Amino acid sequence: MRTALAIGLLSALAAFGAAADTYPQRPITMVVPFAAGGPTDVVARIVAEPMSRALGQQVVIENVTGAGGTTGITRASQAAPDGYTVMMGHMGTHGAAPALFKGLKYDPAKSFDPIGLAAGTPIVIVAKKSLPAENLKSFIEALKSGGASINQAHAGVGSVSHSTGILFDSLVGAKPTLVVYRGTGPALNDLVAGQVDFMTDQIVNVAPQISGGTIKAYAIATPERSPSLPDVPTTKEAGLPEYEVSAWNAVFAPKGLPADVRAKLVAALDTALKDPSARKRILELGGTVPKEAEAGPDALQKLVESEVARWTPVLRSAAEATP
Amino acid sequence: MPDLLSHLGLGFAVALSLQNLLLCFLGCLVGTLIGVLPGVGPIATIAMLLPITFGLDPVGALIMLAGIYYGAQYGGSTTAILVNIPGEATSVVTTLDGHQMARQGRAGIALGTAAIASFFAGTVATLLIAALGAPLTRLALIFGPAEYFALMVMGLAFAVVLAHGSVLKAVAMILVGILFACIGTDLETGEERMTFGLTFLTDGIDFSVLAMGLFGVAEILRNLDQTETRDIARARIGRLLPSLADLRQAMPATLRGTAIGASLGILPGNGAVLGPFAAYTVEKRIARDPGRFGRGAIEGVAGPESANNAGAQTAFIPLLTLGIPPNAVMALMVGAMTIHGIVPGPGVMTKNPNLFWGMIASMWIGNLMLLVINLPLVGIWVRLLKVPYRLMFPAILMFCSIGIYSISSLPTDVMLIAAFGVFGYALIKFGFEPAPLLLGFVLGKLMEEYLRRALTLSRGDAMVFLERPVSAVLFLVAFTILALALLPSLRRSRDEVFTEA
Repeated sequence: MRTALAIGLLSALAAFGAAADTYPQRPITMVVPFAAGGPTDVVARIVAEPMSRALGQQVVIENVTGAGGTTGITRASQAAPDGYTVMMGHMGTHGAAPALFKGLKYDPAKSFDPIGLAAGTPIVIVAKKSLPAENLKSFIEALKSGGASINQAHAGVGSVSHSTGILFDSLVGAKPTLVVYRGTGPALNDLVAGQVDFMTDQIVNVAPQISGGTIKAYAIATPERSPSLPDVPTTKEAGLPEYEVSAWNAVFAPKGLPADVRAKLVAALDTALKDPSARKRILELGGTVPKEAEAGPDALQKLVESEVARWTPVLRSAAEATP
Repeated sequence: MPDLLSHLGLGFAVALSLQNLLLCFLGCLVGTLIGVLPGVGPIATIAMLLPITFGLDPVGALIMLAGIYYGAQYGGSTTAILVNIPGEATSVVTTLDGHQMARQGRAGIALGTAAIASFFAGTVATLLIAALGAPLTRLALIFGPAEYFALMVMGLAFAVVLAHGSVLKAVAMILVGILFACIGTDLETGEERMTFGLTFLTDGIDFSVLAMGLFGVAEILRNLDQTETRDIARARIGRLLPSLADLRQAMPATLRGTAIGASLGILPGNGAVLGPFAAYTVEKRIARDPGRFGRGAIEGVAGPESANNAGAQTAFIPLLTLGIPPNAVMALMVGAMTIHGIVPGPGVMTKNPNLFWGMIASMWIGNLMLLVINLPLVGIWVRLLKVPYRLMFPAILMFCSIGIYSISSLPTDVMLIAAFGVFGYALIKFGFEPAPLLLGFVLGKLMEEYLRRALTLSRGDAMVFLERPVSAVLFLVAFTILALALLPSLRRSRDEVFTEA
């Protein structure tokens, strides 16, 4: 027994000594700041599988939920920058959060070593079936003249549907009544039932309802149409090109990774995104796989900076407008 | 009808393949085990097992995950009965009479009744989904925010009846529960409420944390305090399975529980949590001798348990037919489906008939398997009660702590269970009951949301609750229940029960 223990200790020490040159030596934790089963979690799990194969070590998903994803990201940002803790951040945690959460304990642009963009999920403008407007233009007109009599649903402060919905309202200059839900599920339920008039949300959440004909879609906020919803025009086609928004998911690590560890993670994510089955899964969800110019750490750093700059004024002024 | 038969035929053909049978069995077994472990709930387990299912075909994977879900409902009642820990909101009421039965040496009968009642309810609910799934969905869409609010108010009226002590104390406990539910970030403004600047309270208190503290830890403290009672609970084991007379006594309660649970489970707004509470209230109301409730009445186990399981099955209706998850576990199932490339939505039934009918058939097979797994296990569980308490309670505490930590990986949650344990112990000492508090907590959160949503949609006009017929009827029921509870004659009999106990 005692010998076994000694051997165990020795091998543990040996492993520790070797860790510096041959990363990774043990499983890597990927913190997902949202509940299991949600869009970000699904993307993380799809990417983690081929990443594990590329790294030769398991990438384990840990869901640390709370405060619009900032609880998990805060925790992960404070982990040792040794490459054994990474995180799946997204549009909210690394774009909208600074405007929404006072006393945020991290800076999206400064507290992390970006690894790379993983997937984007386009935003779709959807409405209840019985709404008379047939296209985005007439919908926007109805929205402006209807004012507060129109009900817009969203899934809570800090959610994708909230931020993107407020951006939409400010772009078209409308002031609908906001009806808040705890999560997308109940919001969609009331949209299907016709209790609320419209919302903006990620394609993965709304696509099945659109193809099922229970709700209608006015436009998708990407430059190109999505293969999952070929009949839905882009915002550019529909006459609102400024509204181009996607709930992106990206891998980050705590600031201060050793250069070789960082290179390995970047390469692993790159391999994962070239994996045909992972690509297929992301596309099936209606998501987009990053293009050459969008991939990698430098592009991600730029994206984070531009996103923070984009969301902060929109969300701040909306918060001031609410009594 | 011939349509239904051919659909079920397709479903059974899918579910009875060797691979799917094995997966179904595996799911049920894992579900039972995690249900028995306090704290480790189906959410954490399904999340952990998701990646394993990558390699399986989607139908098999979903059959297994569904098995875990309803298997956990079976297993959850085992912990509720044996050690007084409700693993989920739906097994809170099972502790009331189930654990009392265990203390009287009738643990085996309680467990057996729970298993048989659940099987019956599962069978009926499965048939209901198969026959009426699609039309029932339309019914569910009638329920808007105003109707849900009325439903929750009715639920709280039930909570008053639940208590077997003083009405005043029960109302006080409900209010404390609602107050606890208010802790956390306000959904509409994002402002923090009653968090005292503590980050771990930002998202409010998790149900399992509160339940495990108030029931589990407080029960341990009480047991350590009163050496006598726990020895009595251990000394007599009694019959292992319910006798025919027991079953005959439980049968009407099972029928009513199934009907109540199945209808509430269809509602997408998490109506299923009300099922067991409603079933218990009905049983207590119509019983010739309500005094037996809370002291080991078999109907108090059969009713809520069947409601619980029926609700667990019919909760699949909004998921399978609408693609809208009614609760957190179902949301996870949506995740599982999307990972497997199936988009849950109104199209699933026509686009993936294999999946839809295969899952329904597997649910019935799964329920049968659960009965087969659980009845022989009753003997083993009951023998667990013979384990000396000095060995039992550290194990329970350990499992609770691991389970709680596994939910959201927050150490503060583990500390919170300890705090709620002490609070729960104080409540027991002062004669307050924790069950109404828990119901107030569960419903409080939902109630506030639905109230605000209904008023936002009506632009602040409270008449909306009376103008909408369904909501008006529910309010009427709620006030009738309350009026009955507060009638002086009834109150006298209630006081008698209390002093007797």
